[in-house]
Amino acid sequence: MPLTLDDVHRIAHLARIEIDATAALEVHGKLEAIFAMINTLQAVDTTGIEPMSHAQDVMLPLREDVVTAGDQRALFQSVAPAVQDGLYLVPKVIE
Amino acid sequence: MTDVTAGSLAQVAAALRAKQLSSVELTRAVLARVDRAQGALNAFVTVDAEGALAQARSADAALAKGDAPALAGVPIAHKDVIMTAGLPTTCGSRMLANFTAPYDAFVVEGLRNAGTVLIGKTNMDEFAMGSSNETSYFGAVRNPWNTEYVPGGSSGGSAAAVSARLLPGSTGTDTGGSIRQPASLSGICGMKPTYGVCSRYGLVAFASSLDTPGMFARTAEDCGLMLNAMAGHDARDSTSLDRPREDYTRSLVEPLQGLRIGLPAEYFGSGIDPDVAAAIDAALAEFRRLGATTVDITLPNVNLSVPVYYVIAPAEASSNLSRFDGVRYGHRAEKYTDLMDMYKKSRAEGFGAEVKRRILVGTYVLSHGYYDAYYLKAQQVRRLIADDFRHAYERCDVIMGPTAPAPAFRIGAKTDDPVQMYLNDIFTIAGNLTGAPAMSIPCGFDRRGLPIGLQVQANYFDEARILNIAHQFQLATDWHARAPSMDI
Repeated sequence: MPLTLDDVHRIAHLARIEIDATAALEVHGKLEAIFAMINTLQAVDTTGIEPMSHAQDVMLPLREDVVTAGDQRALFQSVAPAVQDGLYLVPKVIE
Repeated sequence: MTDVTAGSLAQVAAALRAKQLSSVELTRAVLARVDRAQGALNAFVTVDAEGALAQARSADAALAKGDAPALAGVPIAHKDVIMTAGLPTTCGSRMLANFTAPYDAFVVEGLRNAGTVLIGKTNMDEFAMGSSNETSYFGAVRNPWNTEYVPGGSSGGSAAAVSARLLPGSTGTDTGGSIRQPASLSGICGMKPTYGVCSRYGLVAFASSLDTPGMFARTAEDCGLMLNAMAGHDARDSTSLDRPREDYTRSLVEPLQGLRIGLPAEYFGSGIDPDVAAAIDAALAEFRRLGATTVDITLPNVNLSVPVYYVIAPAEASSNLSRFDGVRYGHRAEKYTDLMDMYKKSRAEGFGAEVKRRILVGTYVLSHGYYDAYYLKAQQVRRLIADDFRHAYERCDVIMGPTAPAPAFRIGAKTDDPVQMYLNDIFTIAGNLTGAPAMSIPCGFDRRGLPIGLQVQANYFDEARILNIAHQFQLATDWHARAPSMDI
C-alpha cells in the first residue's frame, strides 16, 4: 500500500491542516519511512486474534443520570479567541 | 539542613515536619534555584512564585497546628500537559501557548490535598510527542549531566528539574515511555503505574488507551509517597479503576530472597550500547547478591511494539487533537477566507512538524479502506504482545532490561530521522500496550558520564513490588544519589 503524494494532500485535507507543495513533498518522504516500519505488521499472522482496544478487560461503568457540573460557560469562554453575548464568534459559513 | 533542595522528597517532608525549616524558606530557595537553572536547562514553561508562596504559607500554618497532610510544604512541578486551574497549560505547543486551564487534573488535586506546593509547569515535547524534548514550542530542554545532550522525552522538563535537584519530585505522563525514557537519560527514577490506577481526568489527551500519569523522583520511596497521593478511583475518567486504596510504600523493606527476574532474550540482543549492556549486567549481579534468581524468558512479539504503537497512538491522537480547531480555545490564524480556511490555517500554524506528522499518520490509518489493514491489525498484534507478557509471568515475578537502548544523544542528532527517534522507546512501549506498571531506576553511567537506567516491569497492580525491588537496589547501591555537577 504505497503512500502517494496525492494521499498526503488528501489526508492533510481530512485532518484540516493546510499544506503547500514543498511541505507535502518533505512530509511525504518522512511518512514513507514511517510506513515502511509500520508495514512490518502485515507479515504477522493474526487470524482469529481478538483485537485489544484497551489495557483492562473491564465493562464501561455507568453513572446516575444526574447533573454533576453546573453552568460554567463564562469560565470556559474566558479562554476563547473571540466571543460575543455568550456565543463563540466564527467566520461566516453561509453567504 | 544546609542544602535544603538537595534532600529527597521523604527527607524534605521530614525536615518540614520537624520544623528544621519552613515551607516558605524552602519555596524561596527552590524558586531561586529554578530561576538560576532556567537559562541552562529550559526545564520550565511557567513558574508560579506567588501561588507557590501562598501554598507554602498554608503548609506552614498546617504544620504549626500539627494537622498537616503527608507531603505538606514539599515543592513539586507538573508536566505542562496536566491541567492546573488558573495557570497556563501549554502542552509545549503554540496551539495552547495562551491557554489557561479552567480546572485541576485529578492527580493535581491529589498532590494538592497531600499538601505539596506547586512551583510551576515543566517543559515537554509538543503534546507529549517526542523522545528528546526537542519538539517543544518553547525550545529544547537540556540534560543536567551535559547540556549538549537531550534529557529524553516527552516529559523532559520534569526529568531535568528532578535530576538537577531543583525539586524532589515532579509529575509526568507516559504514553510510550515518556516518563521512563527521560528518567533513564537523566539519571533519576520514573514510574508509570498500571493504566487506570491514576485517573486521566485533566490530562490533555494524546492517545487515550495508552496515556498514563506517573511521577519522577530520586528514590523509590519518594515515588511511592507520590503515588499514594496520585492514585485513586475517579468517576470523571471512565477508565479509572475502582480498587481498594493501597499504601505503595508498605513493602519497601521486604528482602528480595526468592525473587524471580525474567530476562527476555529480545531485550539483550544486538543494538544495545555496550556501556548500557555492562551496566545492566552489573545491576543483575547485584540483584543476585540480594537473593534474586534470573530466568531466561522470551517475548516473541515484543519487537513489533514500535510499529503497533505508531498505528495506535497516531490514530488516537488524530482523533483527540481534532478538538483544536481555533474556535473555542487555542491558536486561531489571523488571516483566513472562510471557516475551512480558518481551521486549516489555525492548525497548520498551531501545531509543530512532529505533531502534524502523527496526525497525518493517524488520519491515514483510520481513513476509508485502511482501517482493517492498519488499526485493527495493530490491535490484534497488541493482543499478541500482551499474551507474551502473560505467559512470561507464569515463569517470573518481574522482567528487567535496559530502559533505553543507549544513553542520551546530542541535541539535534536525531531530529531529521523520525524512525530513529521512535526506536528510543523500543523497550518502553510494550508497557503502554499491555497497561502493566513499569519503572526506570538509575544503574550506572557510560564512558562519557551520562546516566543509564534499568527498567523493572511487573504484572498489573504490582507497583508496590516494583518499588520494593527498586528500594532494595537503592539500599545496596548509590547510583540514585549521584548528582550532576552543574553549577546552579
